[in-house]
Amino acid sequence: MSEEPARPGPPTLRDLRGLTQARIALGAHGAGLPTGAALAFGLDHARAREAVWTPLDVAAIREGLRAQGLDSVEVRSAVSDRAEYLRRPDRGRSLDAESAALLAGLDGHGQGFDVAIVIADGLSATAVALNAVPAAAALAARVRRAGWRLAPVVVASQGRVAIGDPIGARLGARCVVVLIGERPGLSASDSLGCYVTFGPEPGLPDSRRNCISNIRQDGLAVEAAAGQMEALLRAMLVQGTSGVALRREDPADPTALPGARN
Amino acid sequence: MAYATTIEGTRFTFPDLRSLLAKATPERSGDQLAGLCAEGPVERLAAQIALADLPLRTFLAEELIPSDEDEVSDLIARRHDAGAFAPVSSLTVGAFREWLLSPAADAQALAALSPGLTPEMVAAVSKICRLQDLVAVAAKRPVVTRFRSTIGLPGRLATRNQPNHPTDSSEGILISALDGLLMGSGDAVIGVNPATDSLPDYIRIVELLETLRLRLDVPTQHCCLGHVTVAIEAMARGAPVDLVFQSVAGSQKANAGFGVDLAVLREAAEAARALGRCPAGGQFMYFETGQGSALSADAHWGVDQQTMEARAYAVAREFDPLLVNTVVGFIGPEYLYNGKQIIRAGLEDHFCGKLLGLPMGVDVCYTNHADADGEDMDALLTLLCAAGVNFVITVPGADDVMLNYQSLSHHDAVFARETLGRRPAPEFEAWLRDVRITDAQGRLASATGALPPALAEASRLLPGRAA
Repeated sequence: MSEEPARPGPPTLRDLRGLTQARIALGAHGAGLPTGAALAFGLDHARAREAVWTPLDVAAIREGLRAQGLDSVEVRSAVSDRAEYLRRPDRGRSLDAESAALLAGLDGHGQGFDVAIVIADGLSATAVALNAVPAAAALAARVRRAGWRLAPVVVASQGRVAIGDPIGARLGARCVVVLIGERPGLSASDSLGCYVTFGPEPGLPDSRRNCISNIRQDGLAVEAAAGQMEALLRAMLVQGTSGVALRREDPADPTALPGARN
Repeated sequence: MAYATTIEGTRFTFPDLRSLLAKATPERSGDQLAGLCAEGPVERLAAQIALADLPLRTFLAEELIPSDEDEVSDLIARRHDAGAFAPVSSLTVGAFREWLLSPAADAQALAALSPGLTPEMVAAVSKICRLQDLVAVAAKRPVVTRFRSTIGLPGRLATRNQPNHPTDSSEGILISALDGLLMGSGDAVIGVNPATDSLPDYIRIVELLETLRLRLDVPTQHCCLGHVTVAIEAMARGAPVDLVFQSVAGSQKANAGFGVDLAVLREAAEAARALGRCPAGGQFMYFETGQGSALSADAHWGVDQQTMEARAYAVAREFDPLLVNTVVGFIGPEYLYNGKQIIRAGLEDHFCGKLLGLPMGVDVCYTNHADADGEDMDALLTLLCAAGVNFVITVPGADDVMLNYQSLSHHDAVFARETLGRRPAPEFEAWLRDVRITDAQGRLASATGALPPALAEASRLLPGRAA
């Protein structure tokens, strides 16, 4: 300490801020945060709350899909409003009766589909508005190139991850890919999650899903995520399973759940 | 057996003890999700009136979850001390509340009573307590534990410094831990939630924290909050494990969901004791709990979430822990919907833990999908300090960048010290003064982020900064 060689100025934590995204070295006035830091925290929380509570703009999503040459249908979960969505995860996992009937009429002329893409609001409409259409379009292009039969994209409002199970089952799809808004953190409100399941049917455990998370501008890029989705679909269609039972050739591939919270 | 009460000619009946307890529970979304709650405020009051007339002895005669199917029930029954229970054995739940509030229930009487109380008894009485009652009774029941620091002394508040990092980067953890120490946080424990559950990462993290502790000579303990089976493996390899951590819940099935049972917790406790790091007579186990965990594992047996939470404390009590905290607002709005529900749950958990004799702390926290914000946390922290909470958790700027939720900020601990007069653990308080983080009055000496000379040494642990 005192015997150490002199250095240019005393070190401060501010110099080391680059080592973590944690809010270190904020400074203090008594016990209080500096005004700027207090208001910045408030703004981040307001953004996260807005992401949770903003309704999904289904028309805009469908228009975006149309511009990418993708057909879509609109469904709703059994939830009546956002407050119920937050309180009743069970209802966010099932379809309302009208939506279930609509999907039953789209079973691919009796041949079913290899892949169904579901876009659900989850806990961040912001993430879906920013990232879902590009992710769906990137995946659809890969599905077409692979020669797989793709169902119309299903846009589900007030949906949880497992709403992909009844949707996939109604469509007769072999695999379902759910693109969903992740629970917003304070630093990022726009993370899209992706859950891929083989043989969707209501009541599947989360251990049957494979997850890719943090799809956003400053996280996992859309094209890279679509590549991972394609690799998962390829493995699932060959092996006839998904989740913890799926064998992975590339150790860098996304892993199976359990970490999912949505 | 059925329970009933009549209010102005309307008879309310409750088919069994589980239903009586659930319907008497103040409103919360988890009991609504489970379909257990009262249909409205009048039915809730009817249940509370019926519960107040219930003899405390009933909980010894009638099990909520059968002992032969659940090792937590079996543990509760086996450990009940009839002699300690004797002073209140003739009371109803309502009269027990009055006794707890009376001067007769002083620190000595409450400490002597703890082994005679079951989780169901303390959960029941909490349901007919206002927030003020929960504060007033808990404030009379200090529970003191000790490792390198002494935690839970009256008039003091310790903190867990939680330097989490999204990828467990050593530099990121270290710099965050230093940020907390500079704000005076870390006398309960410096504890990291690891991003992975791998053994090499667990060992790397405890070795990092051990190096930090030794370099700075901080009178505290550290912990990597990995799974208890990983801790057992790490101890077998000679890793410097101060505290053994595990999340626990109130039924055998819910604990199985966490991948633990009483036997593996015993194995871990024995391994930690054998390391001999903790002074004789001290404590070295650390448990976290939280309302809703049993329901989310479909392991609640039709019992309300607050009673299930109190049952988790029977598991913790078995292992004489240094630290126990409820992670009250972490689980989300389907269990605790808003700030009001989170605040009440935090005070209930602290009250129940203290009455059962646990060194109770609280992670004062919320998620972005709950209807809660920092002001609710201000209210809960202030109430908990009045109630004499042993410790709270603090992170940089209230933002946990690994678990993506908001806990308290290190600044909030400064508020508790400087405005509410809650001093740190005595050994840590002296250290803060010695290294000049605080001045002679215990106030933060500098808010500039400049490292005091004694801590500048620690920055040399960082890569590229070796002297």
